[in-house]
Amino acid sequence: MPRNYCHQRTIIAVIGCSVAALLSSAFAGDAGSEALSPLAAEVNEDRLAADAVAVLKRHCIECHGPAQQEGSLRLDLLDAALRGGSTGPALIPHQPAESELLRRVHLDRDDAEAMPPLGPGLGDEEKTLLTAWINGGAPWPADANQPHWAYVPPVLKAPPSGDAAPRELVDGWIAAGHAKRGLAFAPRASPSTLVRRLSFDLTGLPPTPEMVEAFAADPSEEAYAALVDTLLASDEFGVRWARMWLDLARYADSHGFQRDDLRNLWAYRDWVVDALNADMPFDQFTREQIAGDLLPGASESSRIATGFHRCAPTNVEAGTDPEESRFNQVIDRVNTTAAVWLGTTLECAQCHDHKYDPFTQADYYRLAAFFNSTESEVARSNPAVPSSIKFLGPSLSLDSDPWADERASVRGRLQGAEEALKAAQEAKTVLEDLREDDASEADDDAEASINTSIASIKQSIKALTKERDEIPAAATLVMQEQEAARATFVLDRGDLGSPAEEVLPGTPTALPALTDLPPNRLGLADWLVNRANPLTARVIVNRLWYEIFGRGLVSTLEDFGVKGAPPSHPELLDSLAVRFMEDGWSLKTVLRQIVLSRTYQQEARAHAEVRSRDPENRWLARGPRFRLDAEAIRDNALAIAGLISLEKGGPSIRPPQPKGLWTKVGGEQYAYVVSAGESKYRRGLYVVLKRGSPYPGFVTFDATSRMTCVVQRARSNTPLQALVLLNDEVFSEAAIAFAGRILRERPEGSAEDRINHAFQLAVARRPTSGERDVLLALLARQQEALAAEPERAKKLLSPCAEAAAADGPRAVEWAAWYPVATALLNLDETISKP
Amino acid sequence: MSERISPVPTRLPPSDSMVFLDVSRRQFFKQSLGLSAVGLGSLLARDLPAAVNAPMNPLAAREPHFAPRAKAVIHLHMVGAPSQLDMFDPKPELVARDGEACPEEIASRLKLAFIGDEKRLSGSGFRFQQHGEAGIAMVEHLPELAKQADELCLIHSLHTDEINHAPAQMFLHCGFGRGGRPSLGAWTTYGLGSVCDDLPAYVVLLSGPPGGAGSQIWSNGFLPSIHQGVRFRSDGDPVLALSPPPGRSAGDQRQLIDAISQLNSLQLADTGDPEIATRISQYEMAFRMQASVPELTDLADETAETLALYGVEKGKPSFAANCLLARRLVERGVRYVQLFDSDWDHHGDLDTRFPKKCGDIDKAAAALLADLRRRGLLDDTLVIWGSEFGRTPLAQGANSTGKKTKLGRDHHKDAYTMWLAGGGTRSGSSYGATDDLGFSITENPVHVHDLNATILHLLGLDHTRLTFRHQGRDYRLTDVHGQLITGLLA
Repeated sequence: MPRNYCHQRTIIAVIGCSVAALLSSAFAGDAGSEALSPLAAEVNEDRLAADAVAVLKRHCIECHGPAQQEGSLRLDLLDAALRGGSTGPALIPHQPAESELLRRVHLDRDDAEAMPPLGPGLGDEEKTLLTAWINGGAPWPADANQPHWAYVPPVLKAPPSGDAAPRELVDGWIAAGHAKRGLAFAPRASPSTLVRRLSFDLTGLPPTPEMVEAFAADPSEEAYAALVDTLLASDEFGVRWARMWLDLARYADSHGFQRDDLRNLWAYRDWVVDALNADMPFDQFTREQIAGDLLPGASESSRIATGFHRCAPTNVEAGTDPEESRFNQVIDRVNTTAAVWLGTTLECAQCHDHKYDPFTQADYYRLAAFFNSTESEVARSNPAVPSSIKFLGPSLSLDSDPWADERASVRGRLQGAEEALKAAQEAKTVLEDLREDDASEADDDAEASINTSIASIKQSIKALTKERDEIPAAATLVMQEQEAARATFVLDRGDLGSPAEEVLPGTPTALPALTDLPPNRLGLADWLVNRANPLTARVIVNRLWYEIFGRGLVSTLEDFGVKGAPPSHPELLDSLAVRFMEDGWSLKTVLRQIVLSRTYQQEARAHAEVRSRDPENRWLARGPRFRLDAEAIRDNALAIAGLISLEKGGPSIRPPQPKGLWTKVGGEQYAYVVSAGESKYRRGLYVVLKRGSPYPGFVTFDATSRMTCVVQRARSNTPLQALVLLNDEVFSEAAIAFAGRILRERPEGSAEDRINHAFQLAVARRPTSGERDVLLALLARQQEALAAEPERAKKLLSPCAEAAAADGPRAVEWAAWYPVATALLNLDETISKP
Repeated sequence: MSERISPVPTRLPPSDSMVFLDVSRRQFFKQSLGLSAVGLGSLLARDLPAAVNAPMNPLAAREPHFAPRAKAVIHLHMVGAPSQLDMFDPKPELVARDGEACPEEIASRLKLAFIGDEKRLSGSGFRFQQHGEAGIAMVEHLPELAKQADELCLIHSLHTDEINHAPAQMFLHCGFGRGGRPSLGAWTTYGLGSVCDDLPAYVVLLSGPPGGAGSQIWSNGFLPSIHQGVRFRSDGDPVLALSPPPGRSAGDQRQLIDAISQLNSLQLADTGDPEIATRISQYEMAFRMQASVPELTDLADETAETLALYGVEKGKPSFAANCLLARRLVERGVRYVQLFDSDWDHHGDLDTRFPKKCGDIDKAAAALLADLRRRGLLDDTLVIWGSEFGRTPLAQGANSTGKKTKLGRDHHKDAYTMWLAGGGTRSGSSYGATDDLGFSITENPVHVHDLNATILHLLGLDHTRLTFRHQGRDYRLTDVHGQLITGLLA
């Protein structure tokens, strides 16, 4: 994540002393005498003109282009650029120091004359490139009007080494990037690092000690490849990669907004896990989610898949206009589809033609038309009563019922109560008959008692009926066309109340069109994954690359348009995209190709010099190292502690969280009941997501409430994260359980031996002696404190049920190891991919 | 995804005694110097501190775009929407025509959430009086606030785009009605960073349940989670996971953090990853918070006079207690304090529910202004009072579930009242006006985007330049709208 452009500054072109010196004197002032960095040249003479014009397109033509000419200036044509605008010529060839354009882009970002006026401004590399370009006479490329790179279909290109075998494709192109910059591959990472990195990347879990041991014994390339295959085949693979996909799908367990009631969509979540595990080809994965209901021979499974677009938040607040609510969902579906498959932020086109990317407002509503004819999901049961708005919408009954036991149990109890009621009523009749026959036979006490019984049974029946009705239906939300199609109109300024011309379903005109496609969601899906579509494969491959390396080949994952970042390795991106399509759209094949590369296997440790030249690791002269995602941080702690449950599927689970977070505002009041037994230790993917109150332990680590499609989570570093890892109930229980595991697995071990083992469990390596000493000291202090106050052990161990049952010296020893376990779970290394 | 440059951090993070931090800071400095070779020397002086700073403390104080009038904000949000017609915007004409049918030309263009075909005018049943030198009208149920009339800058001409609670709350706080965007508080800390090194920069306090939009309205949206509003709770831990687990003393916790930091610094030396240096300093901040937050929420050092001024009953959570906490937070350098007070959605029974709610806030809001004033804090602190929208001049006789009740009012987005105080606003003034019946604005409309632009301006931030690149767009709090309302400035 390019958090700050100042990092990017490290990879900067040096065009030659003359230009640099010129610039220093022109714009710098005091720093003109700085020595030049030894960085290799970045400016490609052959591509100088094209690259410079791309920079202008990226930053300038929104306001100085065909659509708009602020200050009477346009920079999309050479003549116009030379002529300049109201403040004179924008540039003078061969005279960078006299060129207004360069002065403006170099100004302090807070300067009123700085250009562009908004956003982060140009990167240093881009500024240098423009300088070199003007210095070289500002040549204009002959093909300046050729389409933006991302709208041209990708082609496979062998790297300079000439070898296009899968692994060499990655390494060859990365090496070519190194060669230009005087960089080189870092050594292969240690076996323990590799096994841990691979395990997190492919399963989201730490490796088992057995895996670590086996790979340490044989770290050969063959053993490595076998490990990759084992992990790719693991059922945990789908759980890990579904995290990424469900962020894109904005999957949640509630509606969002004021009536934030829970909804049943977990079957869709499980469908994603299963599809990823089965390595369902991505084109089919797309078709089923966009249009699984319209496929010939649609199955239960393919209809469940359409839950993708039922994940849209739904406003059912009393007083909401149902049509407005429906319209907002259509908009959400268009924006999400464009973001997920096309890497394009289309929402600007809801109100006007896109200002710099080639999408028109009509394109937008043509896409909306694909989604405009599904059944209403919100309606008023009484049109005259605004508060009668209800969440409806098509749902599919599921073949298997996860609540079958609860349903049977309550049915049994209800039946029993009804029988008891009948018996009591019969008894009452007998008593009444007796009284009728002969008043002296009346038994007031018996009658009173039977009346009490009847009232109490009726009350139980009422309670049981309520309990029965509260068990969710075994169903999942799906997309379903309504009988009559709705007409779709371009909306003036995006306003639902201002329809203009009618449009029919259609794909954006700037991208290759397909004929003979049905004008429905199925046609859209086919178009998205057609070989002629230049975006989808690139966008997906780039996203996989991002997950692995922490930075995309295109760093703006969400924007492949002219304002997005150009790819760092365009040929590699394109070649991977072509391979992806040719190899049957297999996600696992792409991932396998990436993780088998030398690029991936490099150690992450870097000399200060390499790091300073490439702080964001754009050129990959070292391996990736970054913090795990929210879910993986919890999963990792539970796994290290030996608590984790790998049970899959079904309704979402509820781990412990502080009381009082699920407050009712406009919908149902739910009791937050922590999941029973091992369920609370299930993986983070299964943790309930109530949009109005998402699980705080995840939000603290940058998970979102998924109100919209999340293409890329932030990766922040905050004090609240420290508090969660140190103090949160889930993590303190895990630390105590981890301490127990250390003692259990090394019952006779010395303190050193146990610390070695604990370190091994936490980060898959032995500690250095310095590290061991820190933990030994921590242990010694705690042992000393507990010797003085042995009764404190019980209290310390109370968050973990099993530990709380321990007594005497065992409890004291357990408690003494608890801080060591906590420290290990808190290490930056523990919560990072190595 | 996320690039930012403006405004640029220019101060070093809060000082830290740990040696390895200094080492790594020097290392950064050295590395950054290497970059200067680019020759774009002018950048260097500006960017160098950023390069040193950014990985160290993501909340480092940042220079505003221009000199600010306010350094901190206390935002009092009345969840549900109080009736401006019964509170600050009296309409004698409406009272005179109480019960009449709504004129057709008005009825036909109204967008209403609940009221159906029967649209009847409804005058306020409460008495109003003018207060202060400025002669500001206020309802009888706000006797204490009335004494602060000359501190207030009322806006009678606010309007919004959304008519339902959750979307309107998101629209007010995040500039967008459908979620996923950062809130005003998050934008503020993103723009200005923090000057407080032992409390979060953005704190949220609730009396009653949150608004319908839940935690969305104090969300960091697409900004890094350091900008999330941190809710201080009145029940249990004031901040989630603040207290060490059972049995672990503060001394134990210190030892633990020392051990973690020592191990992390060994890892930093080995890998050179600057994120580790940040993590070490965040553990220190976490440790400081464990002391500073309980100190803050324990009101032991407040005098009986102050407690009485606010109407705080010790140990009892309330809006009053939150107002006092807000003052304490601002005193300690917290940038943005957001209060939410619930139960202002009076579709019915307005005659009883509304005075009760006024009673809940009157004394405390007045005390907050007076207390800030006497401590010399009001000039630097912007106080905002208001809600997601206003209420209709039309009667509604049902609660939100449709059950018949005594009269209330429906949601009204076209014209309503909020007030500002302190922080460079024009005190003792009223801005904008509505028609005789209170349906529409007749003078100086202020859109929610305009209000937000003006709030950012008071903080020294230009709303058009406070941007964040996300999913290919430079997002702003005010979208592509918003105008500074100079008439609100002192």
